Amino acid sequence: MSNYADHLSKQLFNDAIDHAPTRKGFGDGLILAGDLDKRVVALCADLTESTQMDGFAKKYPERYFEVGVAEQNLATVAAGLAAEGFIPFTSSYAAFSPGRNWEQIRTTACLNEQPVKIVGSHAGLSVGPDGATHQMLEDIALMRSLPHMTVIVPCDVIEARKATMEIAKTKLPAYLRLAREKTPVITTDDSPFEIGKAQVWREGSDITIIVAGPLAYEALKVCEILAEESIDVELINCPSIKPLDDITILTSTRKTRAVVTVEEAQINGGLGSAIAELLVEHDPVCMERIGVHDSFGQSGTMPELWNHYQLLAADIAAAARRVIKRSNQQT
Amino acid sequence: MKHSVKDLDLIANTIRVDIIKMLEAAGSGHSAGPLGMADVFTALYFEVLNHRPQDPEWEDRDRLILSNGHIVPIRYATMAEAGYFPKEELLTLRKFGSRLQGHPERVRLPGMESTSGPLGSGLSQAAGIGLGLKLKGNTSSRVYVCMGDGELNEGNVWEAAMFASARKINNLTAIIDRNNIQIDGFTETVMPLEPLAMKWQAFGWHVIEVDGHNIEQIVAACLEAQAIFERPTVLIAHTIPGKGVDYMEREPVWHGMPPGLKDIPGDPPKDEQVKVALAELRTLRGKIRGEHE
Repeated sequence: MSNYADHLSKQLFNDAIDHAPTRKGFGDGLILAGDLDKRVVALCADLTESTQMDGFAKKYPERYFEVGVAEQNLATVAAGLAAEGFIPFTSSYAAFSPGRNWEQIRTTACLNEQPVKIVGSHAGLSVGPDGATHQMLEDIALMRSLPHMTVIVPCDVIEARKATMEIAKTKLPAYLRLAREKTPVITTDDSPFEIGKAQVWREGSDITIIVAGPLAYEALKVCEILAEESIDVELINCPSIKPLDDITILTSTRKTRAVVTVEEAQINGGLGSAIAELLVEHDPVCMERIGVHDSFGQSGTMPELWNHYQLLAADIAAAARRVIKRSNQQT
Repeated sequence: MKHSVKDLDLIANTIRVDIIKMLEAAGSGHSAGPLGMADVFTALYFEVLNHRPQDPEWEDRDRLILSNGHIVPIRYATMAEAGYFPKEELLTLRKFGSRLQGHPERVRLPGMESTSGPLGSGLSQAAGIGLGLKLKGNTSSRVYVCMGDGELNEGNVWEAAMFASARKINNLTAIIDRNNIQIDGFTETVMPLEPLAMKWQAFGWHVIEVDGHNIEQIVAACLEAQAIFERPTVLIAHTIPGKGVDYMEREPVWHGMPPGLKDIPGDPPKDEQVKVALAELRTLRGKIRGEHE
């Protein structure tokens, strides 16, 4: 184990590494944001406990509003509260918010420039047994296309906590994508988090792997797998999909000339698309995108689904080898 | 009341004239809704709302949300008449670079409380504002929201109706423009709404039905709403779409069209439409003056 950023967990490749769901980080962060700023209010559409809003609801009952199973109302009541100077956080499953209420978010939050924070929990395949209807894979694409919207996909519970506190400070809407299942706690309290910034987790020279969300741990494993083959991976954690950290990404790809992106979402419109758009306009390099390839999910456990949709370390490593080979053929 | 009924009727008449001129200049936009709501908007801006045109962000103002954004020419014309901006600007409606967008945008025009157009989301925003006012301890401001009747087809409206009643948002007054038309025809043909008052009562609202062209009635109903505890109030304002221009009144074809654009069988030829409308409104003005003498 070498070349990793100092601020990452000391248990990085130890079986004893802590596990926690990113949604818990949101719950913790919301209480902290509420402590710091009394303008922070919370609204939920009948999923208060599973989206981890219950802690805030207990601590600040007068600043918490249950709207029932009504996601359109969720977004627009929040827009009204924002108009009165509050900073509303809305939570539901990502499949329903922003899945169902996209137009309300577009008009009353984005075009209307109100700081409504959309928290989509149980996103990606992590809601496992519930099946395709609840496995939201298109949320990043939906939110990323909206002007004035910030899109954050945290990799672990700590980053989710920091992201929640950061988006509470902005004057515009933001989308925070959360997962249901426990995943490794990779970062520490010392790890930097800033909207619009990516972090180089491991410096390397042969290929750039860019990841957002809990699959970051699979990407870390790839660094070790490929190191055995003398392939030196530069790993970038990219929680801020919009705004994107162009400088960090282009600086890395200028060096490595090869990229693999990794996300638990449709490859069309997500992180991979955002990176591809950046590179094709500034400095095209060989690239592959790991993600769900234009299909819906299905019932199963999260590990079964990650395996089926080829999102695991072995799949990422194979993609990396292919990209490096193509890149070498070009030069 | 601050003004005489005669003066208010004359203001509404002036606003109707401005709407015709705005729509003619724009060459697109909705005619029937704005004309039909001229009396309600006159009542709101000149009698009901506590507001300061020179200080549109004043914290203690009453908030007005326009949910059916397509009738925004009525709001622009009324705001100009009330002194929010010069009347000359009205002729920039829907033109490139104008603050008077085809559908209202908060960020572009001070005094426009929210951006709207896509239907059904105004009531819930008003409910959020009502909640926010209470949470801030602002007891002097109220929130009003104008909605169309066709708009009531939207599910979001009924989500908000449940919510506002459950939360006892009694600083909220909704006004429904019950003009019975929507783009595809009469509301009761497209998607029947009746019994409308009973629907709102069943959702826990205080319901008042008013003649939407009787300014005294509208003002009285808004005052009555202020005395209702623990419940939001809805005014069902019965209006005549196109009110004041005979050939437009009650005709669904004029819902989404400006005068001067197309020949409509039975109506004045397109080149005459604006002239006829303005002449009728001028005659009406004389009648208002005469009736009140």
